[in-house]
Amino acid sequence: MAILDKHAILEKNVTLLAIFAFLVVTIGGIVQIAPLFWLENTIEDVEGMRPYSPLELTGRDIYVREGCYVCHSQMIRPMRDEVERYGHYSLAAESKYDHPFQWGSKRTGPDLARVGGRYSDEWHVDHLRDPQSVVPESVMPKYGFLENRMIEPEHIEDLLGTHRLVGVPYTEEMIENAKADFNVQVDPFGDTDGLLARYPNAQVRNFDGQPGISEADALIAYLQMLGTLVDFSTFTPVANR
Amino acid sequence: MAKKPTKKQEPDTTGHEWDGIQEYNNPLPRWWLWTFYACIVWALWYVVAYPAWPLINEATAGYKGWSTRANVAEEIAEAEAANAEINARLASAELTAIADDAELQGYATSAGAAVYKTWCAQCHGSGAAGAKGYPNLQDDAWLWGGTIEDIHYTVAHGIRNEEDADARYSEMPAFGDLLEPAQIEEVVNYVMSLSGEPQDASLVAAGETVFMDNCAACHGEQAQGDIYQGAPNLSDAIWLYGGDYDTVKYTVVNSRYGVMPPMGGADLSEAEIRAVALYVHQLGGGE
Repeated sequence: MAILDKHAILEKNVTLLAIFAFLVVTIGGIVQIAPLFWLENTIEDVEGMRPYSPLELTGRDIYVREGCYVCHSQMIRPMRDEVERYGHYSLAAESKYDHPFQWGSKRTGPDLARVGGRYSDEWHVDHLRDPQSVVPESVMPKYGFLENRMIEPEHIEDLLGTHRLVGVPYTEEMIENAKADFNVQVDPFGDTDGLLARYPNAQVRNFDGQPGISEADALIAYLQMLGTLVDFSTFTPVANR
Repeated sequence: MAKKPTKKQEPDTTGHEWDGIQEYNNPLPRWWLWTFYACIVWALWYVVAYPAWPLINEATAGYKGWSTRANVAEEIAEAEAANAEINARLASAELTAIADDAELQGYATSAGAAVYKTWCAQCHGSGAAGAKGYPNLQDDAWLWGGTIEDIHYTVAHGIRNEEDADARYSEMPAFGDLLEPAQIEEVVNYVMSLSGEPQDASLVAAGETVFMDNCAACHGEQAQGDIYQGAPNLSDAIWLYGGDYDTVKYTVVNSRYGVMPPMGGADLSEAEIRAVALYVHQLGGGE
């Protein structure tokens, strides 16, 4: 076959080989990756999703810093046993503002995709302080030190700005008010109208029950909103996706 | 191509020669070749049968119509259909009458045990013995009542949570702001004297006055508690947060505000709530 004999030309010219190898890999990439940007089941829009509030985003950073994803996944797979234990299976849209996503790959502890509202704040404080005091069979390390590490929203505008850079729709207004929103989310007596208008369904409480804003406040604020944004009593996912 | 050469015959070479070394052009083993062809045929079938080619807005669906979402919905529907009849009976029966129906009670306690392990064990313990701040569900002490109706209501609506407007609610004042330090010391000693040894017996009599003025309205004059307000019985040796001097004092000064999330609404169905209420009720302390 004449055309196959021409292969010898590629085999003898390393630059040409590199160019053609790149072409082949590019075609593979376009076929495998590019459709994900248009396929409806990967870009499904779901009502209720909003960017993280400044405090939740800070809590998320603490979640990442402490490596929670090493033992906890945030991805409920569409299987009956998982749905019965953790709740509705995760939708792609529910992690669309996650940079990086926290799906995880191993469950030493339970999945946390819908942990929000499942336990009281006090339970989270007790559990972070000494996991074995509430779940004796747990192997989770203690995170009581988070309560003692007070945090200031020093770089919060930059944090929101960075997330905006990678596609999270933070508005100018959100970034301007980031510091105030950060502080007011732990103050049930503060003026929370602005926060709630910008971040609907944001929970406002003194999460760790102690004065000041600690890392535990931020982390619990993040945990308590996980998986709570989409109202599954009004939303039914399309079956063929 | 797949023809096997006879042993005597020298097989052809590939025609390449490197420094005098030539390569035989032996045919591939037949079993390998047929497996290879079978894989190609299987791949063609797979592409037609299952979602495969990504197009503009969606991938080809495949003639089998396979979908993970549809599969899990079907699986759940199947499991629900299998238990639909008994769940309907459980959800509609008179709560107090279920215990007399052996079949229903048996189903409810085993289904309730599964619900308990998923939804309750993290706070109340896998053996229901509770932990500091999370009540023991096996004993006879009930904050909000231990009848099956009471337990059912608590499970469905929770306690002091923000999600459910019908949640059980009461709030103990933080007496640190309301009483003098001396009065707090007295009343703590009085409360301790009800179930054991006070730290300082000389303060008990004065503490009784403080108790009657400030605490008896909720906890009762005999300190027996009041299930309608979730006020614990202070005259027994059962303590939710601890009965030592420092802990009782902390409770008086700062009060406590134990929260239980509601299990009704989106989380559990009525049959599941009833099942877990019946399970908890039969653990030993049910009234």
